[in-house]
Amino acid sequence: MRDFAYALAERVEDAFAANGGDVFAIAGGTELLNWMRLGIAAPATLVDIGRLDSLRTIRRTGDMLEIGALATLNEVGQHAAVREHARALSQACLAAASPQIRNRATIGGNLLQKTRCAYFRAEAPLPWGCNKREPGSGCAARDGLNERHAIFGWTDQCVATMPSDPAVALAALDAEVELHGPGSIRRLPVRDLHLCQEEAAALAGDRADAAATVETRLTPGEIIVRYLVPVTSARSAYVKVRERASYEYALVSAAVTIAVEGNRIARASIMLGSVAQKPWPLSTETIIGLPPERAALLPALRQCLADARPLEHNRYKVAMAAGAAMRALVEAGDLA
Amino acid sequence: MLPRLGAAASRVTIALTVNGKPVSADVEARTTILDFLRDRLGLTGIKKGCNEGACGTCTLLIDGQRMNGCLALAVQCDGRDLTTIEGLADGDRLHPVQEAFIRCDAFQCGYCTPGQILSAVACIDEGHAGSEAEVREWMSGNICRCAAYPQITAAVLESTARMER
Repeated sequence: MRDFAYALAERVEDAFAANGGDVFAIAGGTELLNWMRLGIAAPATLVDIGRLDSLRTIRRTGDMLEIGALATLNEVGQHAAVREHARALSQACLAAASPQIRNRATIGGNLLQKTRCAYFRAEAPLPWGCNKREPGSGCAARDGLNERHAIFGWTDQCVATMPSDPAVALAALDAEVELHGPGSIRRLPVRDLHLCQEEAAALAGDRADAAATVETRLTPGEIIVRYLVPVTSARSAYVKVRERASYEYALVSAAVTIAVEGNRIARASIMLGSVAQKPWPLSTETIIGLPPERAALLPALRQCLADARPLEHNRYKVAMAAGAAMRALVEAGDLA
Repeated sequence: MLPRLGAAASRVTIALTVNGKPVSADVEARTTILDFLRDRLGLTGIKKGCNEGACGTCTLLIDGQRMNGCLALAVQCDGRDLTTIEGLADGDRLHPVQEAFIRCDAFQCGYCTPGQILSAVACIDEGHAGSEAEVREWMSGNICRCAAYPQITAAVLESTARMER
């Protein structure tokens, strides 16, 4: 790890110095330290926001669940109010990483983690092209080993997925993220926080070369302060499909909310994880009115995935995503 | 006193407690707590495996919570209370979890063992050692490439039962 200077933040405003260039904010550090080891980031200064205890709060206020950005994944996942009102989020937090990483990793930092693409996560200097690491150098995954990569929203410049579990659950639960920056406070739906590569390319305009490096709508100096999750009567579930039963990233995941009336689905939302560079929404039109059962749901969900664009090695994700969404709907439906 | 914004520094003075003893030191800000414990304090029970949070062999207790030493900077541990495997026994009397690992033959090469034991102590303390399935899930952050998992699981369950008596 290259040398850097350290400063302890005393108030939230100190974090606005973090511009994503020469100054980065560190909280748990479970992701940032690995970026610095690999050369993904080489900040001159780290501002430590990890002791800003005012950002650790988890509480219910009226019809809102408020979750501070510095709450750890274990704190969020095991909190009684989260278990009761945002079950999918609790499941997603506790399915992430390992118990000891979840004791450090914060829910704010978790949504800003970068892709697990092996071409991206290699030590500098890279022997292959990666437009995220070196804009204009190409994408080795586009025609390479891409079995873990995107089936939605990708471009020829980048086919990476975003690996956060909690992001998928927060998006399905219709949560908002509150961002504070120099002179600004704003809220965004979590489902709009991340950008797929097609959206990033449209935003990048004449900086098209750098589109692969644009992954969220955060502006320099902005930090995630809290999430606001609406408390509703809908039930929710998170299903994570992976190659190990625990301590592994998702091949595909699904977070759903569902309201059932007379054994028919009255309302639902579905978000898929690890299929795009953002939580990917699935249309629920064709499943409204169906019973929340495997046989009825699976054909309808497969149809919802008809517009997927798999790469050479990840066609399996299309069927797997339909299966994950079905399992989550059945699980949440059984709770209703 | 850690440097504040405007006075950021690449060398910092930290003060913490390690295995019950107060320690203070000047460290480079980029030093992980794992490297600090091994290289500066000579506490080589904590092991460096993957150095990227994938194996759990550097597990230690920070304020009683299990964490990966490779994913925390020493400066982030200023003011904290740390426990490594060297701090677990009471003189010559082993901790019940250490005894259970020996009785259950819960290791082969031993490299992951200090991390496994500290993780197990925390796992039991958290209340996550109620069944075999629960132990396997909540001990998943510690990889054992000798695959002593059945014996490790047995040791955790056995010491839980003994510690509850």
